[in-house]
Amino acid sequence: MRFSTRRALAVMASGLVGLSVAACAPGEGAGASSTSCTNEIAKPDATRVTLWAWYPAVEQIVDRFNAEHDDVQVCWTNAGQGADEYGKFSTALEAGTGAPDVIQLESEILPTYTILDGLTDLAPFGAGDLADEFPAGAWSDVSDGDAVHAVPVDGGPVGMLYRADIFSKYGVEPPTTWDEFAQAAQDLRDAGYAGFITNYATNGGAFNYALFAQAGWAPFDYDSSRPAEIGIDVDTPAARKVLSYWEDLVDRGLVSSDDAFTSDYNTSLVDGTYAVYIAAAWGPGYLEGLSDADSGAEWRAAPLPQWDPANPVQVNQGGSALAVTSQATDPEAAATVATELFDDTETWHVGVEEAGLFPLWNLALEADWFTGRRYPFFGGQQVNRDVFLDAAAQYPGFTFSPFQVYAYDRQTMALYDMVEGPATAADALATVQDGLVRYAEQQGFTVR
Amino acid sequence: MTSADRPREGTLLTSSTTAATPAAAPARAERARRRSAGALDTRRQWWGWLFLAPFTVVFVLFLLVPLGYAFWLSLHTKGIATGGESVFTGVANYVRVFTDADFLSGMARVGRFVLVMVPIQVGLAVAIALVLDTLATRLSKASRLLVFVPYAIPAVIGALMWGFLYSPRFGPANDLFGLFGLDAPDFLSRDLIFGSLVNIVTWQWVGYYMIIVYAALRAIDPSVYEAARLDGAGNRQIAFRIKIPMIASSMVMIVVFALIGTLQFFTEPTVLRSVAQGAIPTTYTPNLYAYSMAFSYSQFNYASTIAFALGILVFIGSYVFLYATRKQSGLK
Repeated sequence: MRFSTRRALAVMASGLVGLSVAACAPGEGAGASSTSCTNEIAKPDATRVTLWAWYPAVEQIVDRFNAEHDDVQVCWTNAGQGADEYGKFSTALEAGTGAPDVIQLESEILPTYTILDGLTDLAPFGAGDLADEFPAGAWSDVSDGDAVHAVPVDGGPVGMLYRADIFSKYGVEPPTTWDEFAQAAQDLRDAGYAGFITNYATNGGAFNYALFAQAGWAPFDYDSSRPAEIGIDVDTPAARKVLSYWEDLVDRGLVSSDDAFTSDYNTSLVDGTYAVYIAAAWGPGYLEGLSDADSGAEWRAAPLPQWDPANPVQVNQGGSALAVTSQATDPEAAATVATELFDDTETWHVGVEEAGLFPLWNLALEADWFTGRRYPFFGGQQVNRDVFLDAAAQYPGFTFSPFQVYAYDRQTMALYDMVEGPATAADALATVQDGLVRYAEQQGFTVR
Repeated sequence: MTSADRPREGTLLTSSTTAATPAAAPARAERARRRSAGALDTRRQWWGWLFLAPFTVVFVLFLLVPLGYAFWLSLHTKGIATGGESVFTGVANYVRVFTDADFLSGMARVGRFVLVMVPIQVGLAVAIALVLDTLATRLSKASRLLVFVPYAIPAVIGALMWGFLYSPRFGPANDLFGLFGLDAPDFLSRDLIFGSLVNIVTWQWVGYYMIIVYAALRAIDPSVYEAARLDGAGNRQIAFRIKIPMIASSMVMIVVFALIGTLQFFTEPTVLRSVAQGAIPTTYTPNLYAYSMAFSYSQFNYASTIAFALGILVFIGSYVFLYATRKQSGLK
């Protein structure tokens, strides 16, 4: 009797453990289970397509899409912005399961995933015909020859946002070239301005790429049709020119070198510590979301200062695109979502007015409501017409590497060494160049 | 022998009497017992395994299997340009990691953290425990709790909080230094980040180590102190000649904890990295490096190798330390 009780207890105990182990198991692989949609699914019987996207306004956009489509429904999850989302996606790709059907990515990260076979080519689903719907530069960022890796959503044409009140208070004209910019930095300081004309963030990976690119920097020669070959040319005269320029301004104390995207930096952006914010078209939306803003701030937008005013060059920082992952259960339905989610004027009203996005969809870019839109944040200035539309139209595209996160991290390390230590701009670029070539070779690339 | 030793002797006597009882049994019974001993032992062992089963299942599933998998990964290489093919490369990854300047500099850095942080933490913990042990007022209870509270705060929350305290704009440092007309140093700069991290970890862990030391101190029979006092020992002598030697094994334990924790330094640098990406690069500590390799760069094989290499070094470090202190810890 006693014996059997003990055995019963022992069996129960091991059974409990079994249960608890079993209870743990589903939690592990439940990364993208279709049951956890943030939005309400209007038509539960239709094909469900999971979507990772980080803009909060996506909820309204997804609701519109679901209401208008009977055969496909989007199940949206916010898996984090940028690096947070990429970490999850990379892990899901390595695991072979857990990725969503459709994912919002920055175009700079596309080669990182095409080389891992993480994305589905959208050309067989007719995406190639969409080329005319987007600006040429934006389209070249998401496509390689005939292959279409993603559909552009919003862009980041770069302009110069500046505090008109600070410039007029100290009697300095807003600069239009980089030479004038350096002079304005000195003039502001001489006139008694206690802040910095702007900030040079060593951790602004994409921001620094845009600044280099403006001088004609093309560090990577890479094509997804020949994935094992890459040309790496980071340390060029163009990059040295740009980096020495900023190194000089930082050394002279005219430009600060705070890390970007920290709370200190955010406050400095809006409280008058920086007079200029060199920003992509999504920058104003970012500024508006920050607290502790200077009450007397008068923001205006101007085109990005140029190296050679006779031959202006426009650049892009950030923005996003929708890609179909290689784990999509129904690639065709997923492709429908990727191509049609933002394919609608009403949707773009939400995107522009609620989320502060800059569309890369020609029908929105050409619409009067967008081109003539007056932004209260800029005192009613038509910033799209004045600045960003030209910047987006003239942006030629840029080739990123298939290990872009690594390249950014290496650059951050080298630039930080430059602004903090004795290293010069040339040292920093040489370090990045060597590091990337070594890494590429380790990864099995033929470095040209 | 002082009178204080008597109760202990008594206890010893009782237990030895109990142990001696079976030996005093008649010889016949003894033989019978021996005959069935083998069977009984086997059955007992079987039951033992059954009771161990819950632990063993979890241990195998969540520790041994992942470890084996990670080791298997570390013996393979998958370059991003080699078409996703995983190739067996033996110890090639280990050769790479022990010649990888980023890994080695990270190891050197956690080595410096060990040299600075462990003595500070253990020293403070012991000092506080010794003081609290001599106090018997309500104040001592309150102080014990106050010192322990930081450990109850999740490490991530603690590091986030310190991130704000260190912030040049939001932290109190500017106001404090401003009182004396000075500029506050930037705690998140390259030069000071080391000390800032030491401070966070010390703040967080001293309470925990203190409780361990304090518990060990409370376990010492007070009659020992009485005896020492009768022999003319002062407070200081009691602390250094009696208390510390008697809690040596606990001290060894907390040093091992601190050593392992510091070599695996990860949480605090990761959290502070969000406000100091320049000062804390992705290669700051070996664990941070492994994490970036896996989750930022999709280099799961090499990340496993870094993790294993770190594990090997931690094992060697702990083993050497435990060997060196085998006398104090009673592991001899």
